[in-house]
Amino acid sequence: MIDADIGLRNLDLVMGIEKRIVFDLVEVVEGRCQLRQALIKDKRFDSLSVVPAAQTRDKQSVSEEQMTQLVAELAEWCDYVLIDCPAGIEHGFRNAIAGASEAIIVTTPEVSAIRDADRVIGKLNERNQPVRLIINRIRPDMVRMGDMMSVDDVCDILSAELLGIVPDDEEVIDTTNRGEPVVLDPTNRLALIYHKIARRLEGELVPFTNLAAPSLFERIFGTWKAG
Amino acid sequence: MFDFLSRFFKPQGSSETAKERLRLVLLSDHLQLAPDVVEALKYDLIAVISKYVEVDVESCEVTFEQQDRTVLMLANIPIVSMKVRTLDQPAEPEPIVLGEPELEVQPATVTSHAHAAAPRRRRRRRKRLGAGSDNKQHAVTGPLGESSN
Amino acid sequence: MLQPQEIPQEAPGAEPQAAKAAIRGRAIVVTSGKGGVGKTTTTANVGAALAQRGAKVALIDADVGLRNLDIVLGLENRVRYHLLDVLESKVPLDDALVTDKRVATLSLLPAAQSREKDEVDTELMRALVEQLRERFDYVIVDSPAGIEKGFINAVVGAQEAIIVCTPEVSSVRDADRVVGLLGNRFSPQLIVNRVRPGLVKRGKMLSVDDVNGILRLPLLGVLGDEADVIVSTNRGEPVVFDPNSRTGNAYRTIAARIAGDDVPIPAPPAEEGFMGKLGALFRI
Repeated sequence: MIDADIGLRNLDLVMGIEKRIVFDLVEVVEGRCQLRQALIKDKRFDSLSVVPAAQTRDKQSVSEEQMTQLVAELAEWCDYVLIDCPAGIEHGFRNAIAGASEAIIVTTPEVSAIRDADRVIGKLNERNQPVRLIINRIRPDMVRMGDMMSVDDVCDILSAELLGIVPDDEEVIDTTNRGEPVVLDPTNRLALIYHKIARRLEGELVPFTNLAAPSLFERIFGTWKAG
Repeated sequence: MFDFLSRFFKPQGSSETAKERLRLVLLSDHLQLAPDVVEALKYDLIAVISKYVEVDVESCEVTFEQQDRTVLMLANIPIVSMKVRTLDQPAEPEPIVLGEPELEVQPATVTSHAHAAAPRRRRRRRKRLGAGSDNKQHAVTGPLGESSN
Repeated sequence: MLQPQEIPQEAPGAEPQAAKAAIRGRAIVVTSGKGGVGKTTTTANVGAALAQRGAKVALIDADVGLRNLDIVLGLENRVRYHLLDVLESKVPLDDALVTDKRVATLSLLPAAQSREKDEVDTELMRALVEQLRERFDYVIVDSPAGIEKGFINAVVGAQEAIIVCTPEVSSVRDADRVVGLLGNRFSPQLIVNRVRPGLVKRGKMLSVDDVNGILRLPLLGVLGDEADVIVSTNRGEPVVFDPNSRTGNAYRTIAARIAGDDVPIPAPPAEEGFMGKLGALFRI
C-alpha cells in the first residue's frame, strides 16, 4: 500500500503502524533512502507492506513520473499495489493515479459525493483507466424510507461497474480508533464484505447479498441488495 | 396495477428528488466538460441554418443552461440576411425527412463521463423544419435533443 | 514544504487592521483538511442562518472543479457564471452572484466546474474577497478538502477560520495539521460534526473533549449525525429552513455565536430511547 496523501497522511493511523514509521514516500523518491527501508511490513498480515506518506511535506514534493516509477518498482514483486489517493483532483490526485492501471472509486449515496465521484470517473476515463465502484456508508433503513439513494440509483447515475456495497457501521469508527482494520475481526459483517470485494478484485464472481431480511413490502415489490 | 399500488405503499422520499437533481446537474456538468461535443454541435447547427439564411459565424454562441427540471440548449445565431434565391432554386425548401439526430444527448449516453466522442464534423444533421424556422435570432431547444415545436 | 508563512499574509501596504474592521464585513473560511466532514453543509447552513438574522451574506464556493455549494443550497439551476468568470473579468460580479429567493440577503458565488484550482490567481482571489467584504456583512468561503492550491486560495482573503472536524482519528489529525498551517492570524474556531453520543458513551467514539484536547480551539458548536442533513441535501433545502430540525437549530445557534450572541454551545441530544426508536419504525 502507498499512502499518497502527503501532508495529510492517515493510512498509517488506520492501519495502526504510525509508531513504526522511519522513512516515507518523499524520502524514497528523493533518493534519501532505499524503498525497502521505507516499507513497513505489517505484523498481522504476512504479505502486506505499507509505504507511508510524509507528513511535513506537500504534494508538490513528488512528481507523476516519480510515482509511476515507484509503483512499477513495487509491481515487480507485488501482486497488488494499492494507492490511497488524497481527496480532490489536484496535484496529489494526479500523482496518485499516475502509476495505477485501474481505479476503485469510493462514494457515499449522497448528492455531493456522487457528483464528485462522477467528475473523478470522468478524469479517469480520460486516461483510459478502468473504474470500479464501492458504495460506502449506505443506510438500509434510510433507503427503505426513501430518504437515501439506493445502490441501483447510484449505479444508474455513475454508470460504473459495482465492486462492493459497504453499509454504514458503527464498529468501523472503533476499529480506526484502535488502528485495527475491520477485516481482522471475523465476527464483523464488514469483514465479510471486504473479503468479498477482495475476491471480486481477484476475478471471482461473487454475488451481492442482502444485508437484512426483506420486509413484506420488499418481498412484494422487489428486494434491494448489498454486499 | 403494480405501479398504482407501489405509489400507494412506497414512501415518496427525498431520494427521488436527489436522483432527479443529480441527473440534471451531471448532464449540465458533462456538457460543460465536453467542449468538443459542443463545438461539433455548434458547427452542425450553423451549417444547417446557413442553408437558409446567412449568419454571422464569428458571433454564434451555443450554451447550455439548467432550468427547473430540464437542461436547455441556447443558441444565439445572428442572422445577417436571407439567402438570395436563383431561378433554379425551389421557392420553398423541400421538407426534410426526420431521422434520428446524430448527436443523441440523453442523460444515459452523456454519462460517458464528459468525454463523449465528438461526432465527425462532416456528418450532416437532419433536423425537422417546423413553425420555428423563420428568422429567429435566438433559437431555444429543449429538453435536449428535441425541437421546441 | 508548506509552512505557515506560505499562507499568503496581508497584502503589502494594507490599511491597519482596526481601520479595516470598522468599514468591512467579516471574511471566514470553512475548512477541515479531511474531505467529507461537512464543510459545504456548514457553509451553506451557517451562511443561511446568518442571513435569516438579517445579515448580508456572500458565500463563495472555492472548490473549483468539484463544486457542491450550489447543489447543497438547491441553487444549481440558477448558476450562470462562476468564480473564474469574475476573476478573469469576463462578467461583472453581480451577474455571477446568485441571490437566494428564500432569504434575500444570501448570495452565492459558485465555483467553476470545468476548470482547475490551479487557474485561480491567489492575489485576484484576495482582492475579490476584499471587494465582497465592502458589500456584505459576512463573506464565507467554502474551502476544498486538502491543503493544496485550492485550500490556499480559499484561505487567502479570510481573517477568520472555522475548522470542521468529525470525532475520528484521521479527521482530527488533518484538522490539527490545518490549524498548524493557518497559524495564529486566523483564530480558528471548531465545529465538531457527526457526533454519535451513544457511541461516545460506550467508548467507541472520541468525545468532543477528546477531540478538543488535541486541537485546543474555541468551540463553536457540536452537531449530531442526523438523517435530516442527508434529506436536506437530497432536496437542496438547508436544514436551517426547517424550524423542526435539530441540526437546523444547532446551526442557527452557531450562527448566533458567530454573530457575538452569548448563547451556549449547541450539542446533540443523548441517543433516542426505545420509544423514540419505535416511533421511527412506524413513521410512514
